[in-house]
Amino acid sequence: MLIFENGATGRSAAAQTASSTQVDTHSIPDALLRKQPPALAEVSELQVVRHYTRLSRKNFSIDTHFYPLGSCTMKYNPRGAHKAASLPGFAGLHPLTPARHSQGFLACLFDLQEILREVTGMAAVSLAPMAGAQGEFAGIAMIRAYHLARNDLERNEIIVPTAAHGTNPATATMCGYKVREIPVLADGDVDVEALREAVGPKTAGLMLTNPSTCGVFERKILEIARIVHEAGGLLYYDGANLNAILGKVRPGDMGFDVMHMNLHKTFATPHGGGGPGSGPVAVNERLAPYLPTPLVKKTEAGYAWVTEQELPGSIGPMSAFAGNAGIMLRAYAYALMLGREGMPRVAEFATLNANYLAKRLVDAGYRLAYPERRASHEFIVTLSREAKEWGTTAMDFAKRLLDFGYHAPTTYFPLLVPECFLIEPTETETREELDGFIEAMARIREEAAEKPDWVKSAPYTMPVSRLDDVKAARELDLRYQK
Amino acid sequence: MSFIPHTPEDVRQMLGELDIQSIDALFDEVPPELLVRDLPGLAPAMNEMEMLQHMGDRAAANFNGLCFMGAGAYEHHIPSAVWDIAARGEFMTAYTPYQAEASQGTLQLVYEYQSMMTALMGMDVSNASLYDGASALAEAVLMAVRGNRKDKTRRILVAGTLNPRYLRATRAIVEPQGITLETLPASDSLCLANISKYEKQASEGFCALVIPMPNFFGQIEDVHGLTDWAHRHQALVIGVVNPVAVNLLVPPGQWGQTGADIAVGDGQPLGLPLASGGPYFGFMCCRQALVRQMPGRLIGKTVDSEGREGYALTLQAREQHIRRAKATSNICTNQGLAVTAATIHMALMGASGLQSVAQSCFAGAHQLSQQLESLPDVERLGGAAYFHEFVIRLPVAPEKVIDEMVSRGILPGYDLGEFFPDLGNALLVCVTEMRSPADIAQYVTALSETLKNLEGAQSC
Repeated sequence: MLIFENGATGRSAAAQTASSTQVDTHSIPDALLRKQPPALAEVSELQVVRHYTRLSRKNFSIDTHFYPLGSCTMKYNPRGAHKAASLPGFAGLHPLTPARHSQGFLACLFDLQEILREVTGMAAVSLAPMAGAQGEFAGIAMIRAYHLARNDLERNEIIVPTAAHGTNPATATMCGYKVREIPVLADGDVDVEALREAVGPKTAGLMLTNPSTCGVFERKILEIARIVHEAGGLLYYDGANLNAILGKVRPGDMGFDVMHMNLHKTFATPHGGGGPGSGPVAVNERLAPYLPTPLVKKTEAGYAWVTEQELPGSIGPMSAFAGNAGIMLRAYAYALMLGREGMPRVAEFATLNANYLAKRLVDAGYRLAYPERRASHEFIVTLSREAKEWGTTAMDFAKRLLDFGYHAPTTYFPLLVPECFLIEPTETETREELDGFIEAMARIREEAAEKPDWVKSAPYTMPVSRLDDVKAARELDLRYQK
Repeated sequence: MSFIPHTPEDVRQMLGELDIQSIDALFDEVPPELLVRDLPGLAPAMNEMEMLQHMGDRAAANFNGLCFMGAGAYEHHIPSAVWDIAARGEFMTAYTPYQAEASQGTLQLVYEYQSMMTALMGMDVSNASLYDGASALAEAVLMAVRGNRKDKTRRILVAGTLNPRYLRATRAIVEPQGITLETLPASDSLCLANISKYEKQASEGFCALVIPMPNFFGQIEDVHGLTDWAHRHQALVIGVVNPVAVNLLVPPGQWGQTGADIAVGDGQPLGLPLASGGPYFGFMCCRQALVRQMPGRLIGKTVDSEGREGYALTLQAREQHIRRAKATSNICTNQGLAVTAATIHMALMGASGLQSVAQSCFAGAHQLSQQLESLPDVERLGGAAYFHEFVIRLPVAPEKVIDEMVSRGILPGYDLGEFFPDLGNALLVCVTEMRSPADIAQYVTALSETLKNLEGAQSC
């Protein structure tokens, strides 16, 4: 039932009505006044509370379920970080409060910039981008600004491996570039020979994730960096998988010129059912003049904003204010609790959990896409054999997992591995939780062999069974109408 | 400190299973010269108590008094239930609802959000959110360029009364695609002038016109005349709308003869705290004909295999994870939790509650402005009707007035000198329903005394 269907004409949450006497609005021309009130729900406060509490219970979440969604880093989101960001001194602060009256907030942002600089091995950080995709945009826009500033106008291509996140090619397009794809080899590494052939005077840059979306570390990264740089291009690091190497390997040391981070992945801020995220960018010296504003600097007189006047080469701001400030505060609080020793432990235990899970799934009969390789913080299982022999696809396995109380891994990504699961357990799961998942996977495999139709019709215990996506798209119904 | 649950015995068993001696062996495919031994720039870990004490000290170092500042972010009352429910782990720690069967809570909520937002704006379609108001405008511009097939100019006309921060961000986001933004200068009334004044700029053709409502100075533009004018030039109309004001003012779907084509804005006034600038969310609505050009996620109603109603992501072929380089936008993560709060907020407030808030804002702003106009040396700028913000000209630099008033516990407004120095000592003042008559009286007294002090100091 929708909230609107709970309503009755004239009912309201009366305690939320603002006190106002009769207001004289005749200074506004009549034609510019609203004539009909919007058709919102007419419900009581308790009805609202009950309705949305009930809806919440139809969700899987990290707080309720193991959620091994590859490339998404669904780890525990510490409540303390949430509490810190919700302190009235932060939550009530107007974003345009002059810097001299918001020193506490600016100090947090400055310290976070410094922490991110240290863990990435980069020269400078801007926290401005509001999500990973916007961070990518900022990064590629900086590469563009760099080439333009050197009057190097022929570079109109961004190279992207076929395994890349969809945001990579979409971002390159948004920055006005053509996308050139290069293949990934059977062992999961980028095809270096193909890269060598692809680079040239048209190359603006290469976008790469490392560890890659294949769940393996790009072993020839230093050679790749050399090839791109020698061709005059720059190297972009997609930080989606930073959790795999946090505190262990730094993108700056690998030769990357620019990168973004997903604070809502690596720095444990909540995903919120699809956001908000935060996608800070870090750069080396040569791209520092182009960083998106605003940044925070520390002066003798205190903390201050770096404005566009001080950074004339900046690609500009990405939002009205300073980005998703509350997410930065949560990430900062989390980073304080990890500290110097805690950072590398994230990568170590994320990797330990992934390798353990991969090994035990192989024991249960599953096949890895890259069996000869060490898993990073995530790995790929391919179900092409199960699909061929029993007709049970990755989608079927995913839906059946829900019945066992596990959120499904990422399915059908990366696109180059058929019938795949991309599995990322994260460092915050116990061995017992992993063992439970392994057991469920083993049982589903048995079910698929014995009674494939049962698996193909899953799930059975969710609020709905499989939804008709074709109907959703063909008979578009995007809003409630009485 | 960290959130890793492994005991030494767990580690021993897991390494045994992998047949390796140490966790370091798991990094044996990394070139050894790349492995970091230490991060000397980082401080030792804090426990939660230490972290909260540190953050408490930092929070206390920020201004914490009466806020009369708007300029794109507005302090409204947020019903207690909004964040109590939005912060439930089931909403807060879920991912994007790709597995529809395990995400019906979020999916239905966003469908309800889309329904509420279209009702509020009088439009056909709403997406599931963009990052903020400014980046939503940038996406609206890109969408207009895709959607206006008759246009070859890639030229966007923007009211010079638009929030300058929106203009800056939009420029940064759309210019790499060869789109140009040109502003129509405001008149002395702090609104767009008589339309005939802009015919010359329009004569080469343009793709879309951006109209703010209310505009950055709080003033109410002639949205009907502007919309029809743009449509006569075969351009699309993008409204940038305050979602509280629209409860009092004509919604974008009813602008002019046929309505605006796209409406965007910042959803922050619908249940999001000021929060130092975010997270807020950008909303975007459009006419049905433009739905396939829309960026971001859309939730559709459908049925399951047993005929029960359910909700799912739809028209995903527009999006980056399917269409890659040909997607309508690169956006992936949006502002889901902010939308969750806004949906609960709109459900609680209802049309009558939101209208009462809009009226109360309007009344408070007019009360304050009238009292300030009666102060010597204070002048209100702008001729048109206004909603809950207005511009005053001070006899001294606003920066000094702000510092002095802050020491009296009042943030008196936004110094327009940053973007509009020509207005001369102008301050943009906002009043929401949060400011009581006593707060307003306090403001008038504080400003009056501040001006006396500063002017006295100047004359010495």
